[in-house]
Formats: sequence, structure tokens, C-alpha cells
Amino acid sequence: MDKLRFAGRRLLQGLAALLLIAVVNSLLVRAAPGDPAMVLAGEAGAADEAYMQQLRERFDLDRPLPQQLLTYLGQLARGDLGQSSRQQAPVLDLILERLPATLLLTGTAFVLALAAGVALGVWASTRVGTWQDSLISLFATLFYATPLYWLALIAVLVFSVWLPWLPGFGFETVGGGHTGLARVIDIGRHLLLPALVLAMFFMAIYARMTRAAMPEVASQDFVKTARAKGLPPGRILRAHVLRNALLPVVTLAGLQAGAMVGGAVLIETVFAWPGIGRLLFDALGQRDYALLLGTFLVTAALAIAFNVITDLVYTVVDPRIELS
Amino acid sequence: MTLNSDFLRRFRRNRGAVAGLVALLMVGLVALLAPWLAAHDPWAMVGQPFLPPGQAPGLPLGSDALGRDVAAGLVHGARVSLLIALVATAVSLLLGITVGALAGYHGGWVDAGLMRFTELFQAVPGFALAIVVVAIFQPTLVSIVGAIALVSWPSVARLVRSEFLSLRQREFVAAAQLAGQGSLTIIFRQILPNAVSPIVVMGSLMVASSILMESGLSFLGLGDPNQMTWGYMVGAARTALRQAWWIAVFPGLAIALTVLALNLVGEGLSDGLNTRLGGRAR
Repeated sequence: MDKLRFAGRRLLQGLAALLLIAVVNSLLVRAAPGDPAMVLAGEAGAADEAYMQQLRERFDLDRPLPQQLLTYLGQLARGDLGQSSRQQAPVLDLILERLPATLLLTGTAFVLALAAGVALGVWASTRVGTWQDSLISLFATLFYATPLYWLALIAVLVFSVWLPWLPGFGFETVGGGHTGLARVIDIGRHLLLPALVLAMFFMAIYARMTRAAMPEVASQDFVKTARAKGLPPGRILRAHVLRNALLPVVTLAGLQAGAMVGGAVLIETVFAWPGIGRLLFDALGQRDYALLLGTFLVTAALAIAFNVITDLVYTVVDPRIELS
Repeated sequence: MTLNSDFLRRFRRNRGAVAGLVALLMVGLVALLAPWLAAHDPWAMVGQPFLPPGQAPGLPLGSDALGRDVAAGLVHGARVSLLIALVATAVSLLLGITVGALAGYHGGWVDAGLMRFTELFQAVPGFALAIVVVAIFQPTLVSIVGAIALVSWPSVARLVRSEFLSLRQREFVAAAQLAGQGSLTIIFRQILPNAVSPIVVMGSLMVASSILMESGLSFLGLGDPNQMTWGYMVGAARTALRQAWWIAVFPGLAIALTVLALNLVGEGLSDGLNTRLGGRAR
């Protein structure tokens, strides 16, 4: 029962955050310098008057802000994110078309970062003070400071230009004509570099955190009890220490979902990965603000969903998680 | 005095922090002396395009796609990166301290309301919000600083609030209240000075993350068009990566080095000031 209530509250929080973003979107269009219709039309002074009038009516731009906000929310509730001014298509359709690629990229990177980060952190914590521990700590410190997009460019340079091992751009080989398993492998080869690069920064964070949490948990009384009972060290490490040390790491990983989706904008731009991030970048270049605001809203929704799901999954996995 | 020497002793013991401080001072010096250090204007075409490093006299790091001096770009980029990051950090500290102090000192519904708002804000993906804000307001120094501050203040607010929640229980606060001091005086004169250490540590780490965010925005073409920045240089080099690796590599190294230095200094400060923030414990 408590869990249901907790789940309900987390969902409500997620919806409230989405509402805030919708409000921010409306405010931004208003607060921008110049005529809001002009902002939405995207071209400084070059859009024709009829089109701008159409935009004004559609978004109630001439009405007071509350009215404008209600109109916008009503449209959102019907799944209407507006019309892309450049691509002559509904924003929602453009986004849905790109969604699977982004989910594949961020999902893979998320799993990679969490699994490898935790593994490295545990490994380092069992070898405190050795060169392996120092090496992992150095690796984490370095990757924590490296700009994602630059790491992506270096990865392309090394593994795609100098050593032609992996494709450096795109989702699959254009005109490759792959089907079935061959296509899956082809996409996997394209996915490897962007997912690895996106995972690196987060892997560094999770490794550091796990490395810090393990000794703290290991010094607690229930671990001493387990040792006194004569349990094998490997079992204590896995079942007692790691399970408890994971809690802050997984919580942080959920909170980092937004940062990961934001990082996907940079990674997709470098790798020409056909996801939402690349769409956002194109919208920037074309000054297509309806598309820009739409992708922002969906990006935020994704991050919030990621966060809520991580929390919910973890409540199920860990019976004594605080429901507050 | 004793606190000072204690701090210095602990800071010095952290070799990474000392190295970071030295690197940071060098970057700062380069930023200050940019116009005198750089051989050329960073925007001027001074040679053939795509000259590799060391091939032409006066172009130690080579030239870019338009024949501009890469080294001059690096030196001038240091100014913009540091300036934007410092101002953005100052603004978000101001915002965060105000919200956090009010919430933590007053507690009750003020705290509940402000913190719900802060949490909502934290759920929004920061970098994406910064992109949208800068794009809509047009990229200028002010809009970039504003966007970074807008997405950075919530973590400061939460930190300051938790410090205030515990500090306001102390006797000295009760004494000040009994002495009839107003709440603003107590907040700024009594409690805030006691919460400075973790704020300083967070500030130093925030300068680092602001540099990363600014460079990401510039990379996407959302930098101030009148300023040469490291992120812009990497972004401009992206399409010519195959012909000319050096145009992208050097500015990226500059960013990584500066951010690394700041993180190391932040850890050193955390050791020195005896806070648990920022170091391994985070």
C-alpha cells in the first residue's frame, strides 16, 4: 500500500515537472526579444504576415499570458506540439520518428555506465592503495573533466579515421541492404562508439561513488556480524556490502538521466545519430522554434520518466528503501 | 591564524590540489595577459589554412580552416571561458544561497514551498534548458551566463538549506534571536559565515561544470558570435576533423585541463576546509 502511494506521488511529481516545463516554454516565447509570432516563425522579419497571423491565432499570442498558457496546455494534452516551420510536418511526428534511436543510444549508455562504473568501483575498493585503485581513480578524474563532444570527436578520429575499425557516423550503413541479423550487427557496430563515449562521463561518476560507498558500508555492524558468522568474503561483498552501497549510486543514476539525455544532444550531433538530440541541433540551425520547444519538452519528459522509473524499480528491488 | 595554517597544511598534503592550483593560476595568467601573449588577433587570417603545428613560423599550433592562428584562439578562449564560468557561478551562488537560506532558516511552509520548486527545477534536464534559453534569447554573454546560472542554482539551494537547517538549532542563533536581531541579520551575519566552507567547495566545482556547459553551448553554435571560445573552436573543427586533427584537439585539451585543475582544487579545498563535499564522498 505504501509502495502504491509512493508510486502515485512520484508520478504526480513527474507530471508537475512537465507542467513546469510547459509553463517555461510559454514564458520563453513571450520573454524573447521581439514579437512572439516572429520568434515562432523563426525568421527575423522575413516570415510573411499571413503565416504570423496564423501563429498568433493558433497559440493565442495576442491574449494575456494565462489564456495563452491554457491554449498551449490544451494542445499538449491532445498531443499537438505544433507544426515545424521548416520541415512542413507535425512536430510530434518528427519526434516520434527519431525517438527509437535516442532510446537505443541512451538506454545502452545508461546500462553500460552503471554496470562498468559499479564494477570498476567495487574492484578498486577491494584493492585500496594499490596501483589498480590509483589507476581507476585517475581514469575517473580524467573522464569527469573531459568534454563529451570532444571525446566523441577524438573517438571518431582514432577508431574510425586512423584505425578504420568502426563507422564514425550514422545509424546503419546507407544502401548496405542488410536485413535480419546482419542489420542488427550493422546497427550495433554504429552504436558502439557513441554509446561508449556517452557512457564514459557517467561511468566515471558511478565508479567514484561506488568506490567511496563500499568501505563506508563495509565498516558497519551488520557486515561485522556477517564476518563473525563465518560467511565467505565474496558472499559478504556481494550480498551485504554491494547491495547497500548501490543505493546512493542508483539514486544518483536516476537523477543523472536528464544529464544523459542532454549529453545525447552533443553525441548525436557528432555522430550524425538520427535521434531527438540531432533533431534539436537541426532545429537550432534552422531557427525552427516550434520544433526546438517540442524536442525540449519531449527530452525533458524522457528524463523525468527515466528518473521516475529508476526510483520505482529500486523500490521494488530494495524492500527497506525509505518511502519519503 | 591557526585555522589558516591548518587549512594550508591539509591543502598542501593533497598533491593533486597543488598541481591543479598551479595549472589554474597559469590559465588565469594566460587569460589576463591574452592580448599581449597572442601573436595575432584570434579572428584574423594570418596564414594558409590547415597548416599543421610547427610548420609555419609564428603558428606553433597550426592554423584552422580559415588560416586563423589556433594558439591565439586558445589564449583568447581562456578569457571568455573563465569569465563566463566565474560570473555564472557567482550568479547561481547568489540565487541558490538566497533560496536555500530562506528555506532552511524559516522552515515550515516556506521551506516546503521553496524546496518543491527547487526539486521541480532539478528534474528539468539542465543542458537542454540552457540550449533553449540561449537559442531564444540569442547567444550573448548575458544570455549564456543567465542560462548557466538558471540551471545551476538548485544544487546550491539544497546544500545551503541543509546547512541552515542544522545551524539554526545552535545556541548562537538562539542567542542572536534573544538579543533581538532581525532574521535577515541572523541569516547573513550569524549563520551564513558558518556555512561558507561547503559553499566555497561547491563554488569551485561549479566553475568547472560551468566551463563544460559553456563550451558545450559554443560547440553547438550557441556562443557569443563576437567572442572566440574553446567550444566554438572545437565545433568549427568538427567538419575538418579528417584533414586537420590539431584544430579540434588543442582547444579540447585546454578545456579538459582547466576543468581537471578546478576539480582537483575543489577536492583540495574540501580536504583543507574539512567538508565532506566534493571529494570522494560525493
